[in-house]
Formats: sequence, structure tokens, C-alpha cells
Amino acid sequence: MTHTAHETAVAAKPRIKIGAIAPMLALALLCGLGALANPRFLGLDNITNVLARSTFIATIAVGQTLVICGGGLDLSVGAMAAFVSGLMILFLNSGWIDNPTLLIIAAITLSLGVGALCGLFNGLTTTVGKIEPFIVTLGTMGIFRALLTWLAQGGSITIRNSDVRAAYRQVYFGDLFGLPYPVLVIIGVAVVGAFILYSTAYGRRVRAVGSNEDVARYSGINVARVRTVTYVLQGLCVAIAVIVYVPRLSSASSATGLGWELTAITAVVVGGTRLKGGVGRIWGTIAGALILEVIGNIMLLSSVVSEYLIGAVQGAIIIIAMLAQRGMSRGR
Amino acid sequence: MSRQGEALQEGRTDTGSPVLEAVGLSRAFGPVEVLSDVSVAFRAGEVHAIVGENGAGKSTLMKILSGHLTPTRGIMRLDSADVAFRGPVDAERRGIVLVHQEIMLAPDLTIAENMFLGRELRRGLMVDDRAMNARAADAMRVYGVDVDVTVPVQQLSIAQRQLAQIARALSVPHRVAIFDEPTASLTPVETFALLELIRGLKANGVAVLYISHRLEEVKAIADVVTVLRDGKRVTTQPAAQLQPLDVARLMVGRDLLDLYPPRPPAPAGEPSFAVAHFGAEGFAEGVGFSVRPGEILGFSGLVGAGRTELFEALFGLRRGGGEIRVDGVAQRWPNARAGMRAGAVYLTEDRKSKGLLLEEAMALNLTLAALDRFRRGPLVDRAKEARALDDAIRRFDIRVGDKTMLAGQMSGGNQQKLLLAKMMQLDPKIIVIDEPTRGVDIGAKQQIYRFIAALAAEGRSVIVISSEMAELIGLCHRIIVMRGGRVVGEVSGEAMTEDAIVVLATGVDKLLHEAHS
Repeated sequence: MTHTAHETAVAAKPRIKIGAIAPMLALALLCGLGALANPRFLGLDNITNVLARSTFIATIAVGQTLVICGGGLDLSVGAMAAFVSGLMILFLNSGWIDNPTLLIIAAITLSLGVGALCGLFNGLTTTVGKIEPFIVTLGTMGIFRALLTWLAQGGSITIRNSDVRAAYRQVYFGDLFGLPYPVLVIIGVAVVGAFILYSTAYGRRVRAVGSNEDVARYSGINVARVRTVTYVLQGLCVAIAVIVYVPRLSSASSATGLGWELTAITAVVVGGTRLKGGVGRIWGTIAGALILEVIGNIMLLSSVVSEYLIGAVQGAIIIIAMLAQRGMSRGR
Repeated sequence: MSRQGEALQEGRTDTGSPVLEAVGLSRAFGPVEVLSDVSVAFRAGEVHAIVGENGAGKSTLMKILSGHLTPTRGIMRLDSADVAFRGPVDAERRGIVLVHQEIMLAPDLTIAENMFLGRELRRGLMVDDRAMNARAADAMRVYGVDVDVTVPVQQLSIAQRQLAQIARALSVPHRVAIFDEPTASLTPVETFALLELIRGLKANGVAVLYISHRLEEVKAIADVVTVLRDGKRVTTQPAAQLQPLDVARLMVGRDLLDLYPPRPPAPAGEPSFAVAHFGAEGFAEGVGFSVRPGEILGFSGLVGAGRTELFEALFGLRRGGGEIRVDGVAQRWPNARAGMRAGAVYLTEDRKSKGLLLEEAMALNLTLAALDRFRRGPLVDRAKEARALDDAIRRFDIRVGDKTMLAGQMSGGNQQKLLLAKMMQLDPKIIVIDEPTRGVDIGAKQQIYRFIAALAAEGRSVIVISSEMAELIGLCHRIIVMRGGRVVGEVSGEAMTEDAIVVLATGVDKLLHEAHS
């Protein structure tokens, strides 16, 4: 059979998606600006400091990328981080194990378990309970935060044993061949996240579920399970962030992780992930988290704009990022 | 050729001056010209059909004529004066209305609210709901639909929404009415009512532009037919001079062999798939049927007869229950995956929102349902996937310039072929295809019929749900007719005629005679 009307592809050549590299370009531009504003910006100390400080948000945001890509949302991550931190420190203080190293390993395992359970609760409530994730995680946000406050009796929980504290400090302040552990954590979490999202069958199902739930359902995909697992992975990411965070201050209070959920979501969106699901950009998210941290850092180092306006600049960035995304999708 | 014939060849008719005229219209999207140098004239009191395959430029032409698009070259004349529309609202104010192919109603608003959206009737400061409801109900009754105009649009069937949309479009004063595939989701009875309405418009001196894939309808309603192919006007002729087969030939640009493949003899033997006492909550109940390996079973009925809902419930996609047996083994299918495990697949009628991920590439769509067959450990085996895509493109003759094309950029025909290929990755024994050729051009239609016949010839059981009776008759061994959620009859062999099906589907003899007179 012959046919005359062959379809012509709108864009035939494989193209580099500008949307995918835009966050990296923006980050590079910002770093250039930072170097101009203050030569100290590009100093090794400062760069390491920025990277280490962004670990928590970057790690949590990788999980959030998976959740949002699958069509969900998790507002409870900041409160969850506080709750897991509190439990972890209480466990460290319990002194069940004498050897500090073993105690820390047990505490890390506990954190991962608690994080996964918190995520599972969020996931099952949204999928099986069929409640909007916004509502569910708004609820659990209050619950986790209040549990921490209760555990701390309104104050803070601090690692008491100085040996444990000293041993654990290494996780935040130590390094491997000059690379600080927090930086290794960012890279590790991002690589695993990117592997899950881009290379595995599960990651593809996450994208399908977020892109169009009906198509996924009609294709025989267990939508509830796929989505629930994204929340569990988010919980694990929160636990990993906590594991790096606790040795930094050795303490948790009701102010721990305050506002992290919004910063993480900002990083995800600035990174190019679509808020309504279906498109997830892990490396964009990392760039997004760094952009937010770098902005704060530049504002501290330079005196052009008051550092009290950091929030305003970050807010402006998210709006500009969305406008840029809109412009690019129109331009195609 | 007569002088009148020559004049028509140039897109003119000699009777009266045109209301609206297109002169050398072209439109390009980037480097691709989708409409080239098209000149057509539309006259008052004349139904002018525009036909062509998907991608022939029909919709582009209609969008230019209704002010939704501007031409890259060429001009339009309204009452012999040059005119450029500043947008659809401008065109509408000049009396040109377009009834869209896609349904554009706000799903949470009622029919009446949608119909008066942006031009609500008021009484003082308040909207006058009572008056709007009454007028909306009158308008809907004209189309032979008796619905409650105060229910949200999302509760209506697709056909009812379509009619609400037509009613909305025609509720503004108009001199030129453009219908873009208005009957795509209508049943014979509703189509009949719509054609009557168009005759009424014509009698009132409205110039009607009618786009349709359904050549029988074109023959029934059109005075003049313009055929487009590859963005160019092939011919404009009085409808009386053209037989549907001629039109099809002009559209495709080649001779069409028989539209339907030869039908293999009906297989005997034990049924592979048997359903009894099955119901879909609120849509169908007490349904039973069976199908044998190698058999093609049709499901006919009016829109709203519960066919789609029945099969969605069967495959666990909506609430329902009953007995299902595959090769005699009782089944329980709480979700589509369970059916797939038992070797049964359902291809949705709603390709765009339930069948394919429009923003993803072909390969991802192809393997989505059978992803476990494309796994190496937790990884997706991309090489195997690429091979499967090449195979699918070859086997189902999917015509795309570029394999990385997104599903949403493909034509209806290619999307349907991709959906078919996607479900065939599961190597199913039982295939249910809902509206296999909706929105598919005639060339691809013919191919899809051949694929369906080939699947049956391989010993698979095929169930085809369709609102096009001709295609069921041309394709199936047996046809089950549903009405009001129940099976009301079955026809096979010589008894498979449109008349017999309409009688069963409507339950009214009288309608049949009207529809064919």
C-alpha cells in the first residue's frame, strides 16, 4: 500500500532541551555574578560551605522531585525532618549501645526506617484514602511538628554524650579525599534518584502516572502502589538529610526544618520539574537547590542588597523561573 | 466539461455572489505549509462540504475562515469586500460561527450556564437563571435531546456535550455556520436530528460549511463538495455529480480497494471468553455474551447504551461485577492488569486522554503496558524497546517522519495504530477495541480493518465496539446490540443490516423509516 500524506515531524533533529539545561546555565550565571561581587565567593572554603549547607534541601528536593513527577506533593518534609531528628537524638541519648560508632549506625538505620514509615503513611493516606496530597501532607506536617515539640517539651533535644557527638560530627564536617561528606551525599542521592527516574521501569511508571493517571490505569499500572512508593522514597530522602543535619548542630527543636518544604518545592520547580507531574528533572533540582543557596550566599558576601531580603529574592527567582518555562514552552 | 463545471473547478459557482470567499489562502506553521493557495466560495442557503483526509488542511481552513488563525498568504472576502478578522470574536460579530470539533465547555458549569457563558441573561444585578434554563432547554429540544439543562456538563455523555456545544454556537446571530466534524460522536438518531437542523439553517439562507469524514452524510446534506488533499484544493463540484466512492478516491488520491478485508468463515468451537450476568454500576446490567478464538464480535448501540462502560467495568476500570470466564476458568479482574495477566486487553475509545501519553515519545507509549517484558532487572532494556518500536512501525505501518515524535503530534490514524501496537506487546488472546476508527482518515481506516482481521486470523478473539454500523457489518461475524445498558439482540450473517441494527438499538421501528427517507 502506498500513502501520500507522510507526516512531517515538527522538529526532526534530536535537540538539546533548553528546559533541561536552563537551571545549570542560571547557576553558572549566578556564580559569575558572585565572583564579580566578591572574589572570596569562588574560594574553596566558600564553595564547600555553600555545597554543604545546601545538602539538606538538595537531598529532600530529590525525593520531592519523584513525588511531584508522580503527580503528588509533600508538604510535610520539613516537619518530618524535625521529627526524625528528634527521634534520632533521643535514641543516641538512650545509650543502648556502648560503642559510639555502632550506636550511630543503629541511629542512622532507625532514621531511615522512621522516614520510610512516615512516607508510607503519607503515601497510603493519599492513594488508598484518595485524599488530595496537599491536604494529607498539610495534616501530617502539623502532626510531625507537634510530635517533635512534644518530645522536646517545647525546648530542644541535644546529643548529651560528648563522645557520640564528636564521633558523629565527622559525618557533616569530615571529608573523603578532600570532598566533604555532605557533598558526597548530594552526589550520591542525585545519582540514585536520576537512576531510578530515568533508567528503571519503576521510574518510567512514575512519569506515566504523573503525566496521565488514566492512561497509566488503562495500561495496567498499579497507580496507588507507584505513587505510594514515591512518598516512601521521599521519606528516605528526608531521613538522609537528617542524618547529615543532626551532627551539624547536634540538636533539634521545633524550629528545625522550618520552611524546608517550601524551599525544597522551590528548588524542584526552579529545576524545571513540572508541578502538575509527568516531567521530573533530578539534576535540575540539584541546580535549583544550589541556586537558592548561592543567592543567599552572594547576598551575605556582598552589601548591595540587604541580607534580610533573601526571601524576597528567592521568591522572585521562582516566579522568574516559571515565566521562563512558560516562555520556552510557547516558543517551541 | 460544461461551463458551470469549469467554474466550479475554479471554486466558483455561477448562482449568486458568495457571502464568504477565500482567495488563495495559504498557511504555514514554521517551514511546513499546511494549506496552499486554496480558493473557495460559500453561498447563502448552500451547504458546502469540505472533505479530505486528516492533515489535508480542513481544520486549518476552517480556523482561518472563523478568525482563529490568520493566513500567511491570501485574502478573504465577506460580501465581496476584503476582510481580515481580528480574532474569533470579530468573526463571530460579523456573523461567522464555528462549531468546534473538540468539546470546549466548562465541565463544572451546567448546560445552560455554558450556553450563556459570557453573555448571561440578567435581571437587574442578578443572572436570570430561570430564563436561561428555559431557553437552553428549548434549544436542546431542537436537537432531539431531552436532558436536564441544570446538570453540570461533566455528567453528560460525549454526544450530549457535542449537541450542547452546537446549541451554544448557534445561539448567536449568524450568516455563516461552520461545522467541524459535528457528528463524530453522535448516534444515527442524533445525527439525523442535526442534519435536519442544518437543512433548516439552509432554508433560512445561512451559508453552511460542513466538514466530515462520513461521506454518506456529505452526500445526504451537501449541495457542493470541495475536496482537499495535502493542503491543496483538488476539486469543487456539485454534490449530485459525486458518488461517495469518487469522493474517497479524490481524498486519498488513489483507488480504494475494498474498504473491508475478506471475512474468514466464522469459527466453531468452544468460546475463549464468556461473560454472564455482568453489570456496570449505573450503566449496564445482566449482560452475557461469549466469543470464540478467531471470531470478530461486534457491539453496536446508540451512544449511551452502556457498551464502553460495560467493558470498562469488565476490565476493572470502573465499578461493576459478574461472571467472567477465560477458556472456562472463572476470573476476577479488579484492575486492567488482572485482565492482561489472563491475556485480555481493552483499547479505550478515548485515545487522547486514556490511551496514550501525548507528551511522551512513541517508544515509551509502546512499552508502557508491557513494561515488565522490557525489563532487565530493574532497568528498562532500551535496545529491546527500540527493536520493538521498529517492529511496530513496520507491522502496523505507523507513518511518522521521526521516531522521537511525541504521541500527541501524530494523526488520529497513527495514534490508533500505536495504541494497537502498544496492547499487542502483551500478546493478548482476547482484544476489545472500542471505536477503532474514530477520528481516523479513510486510508488508515482500511488498514486498521485489515489489522483487526489479521488478529482474528491468528486465532485471537476480537471484540469491536463501534457506533459506525457499516464498519461492524463489514468486519464482524456477529453483532450484539445494546440498548439502555442491556443486550437487546444479536444479528449475524445475512441478517446483519443497518436497518436490523437500528431497530434493535432504538427499539422504535418508526425512527428507522424517518432516518432513511
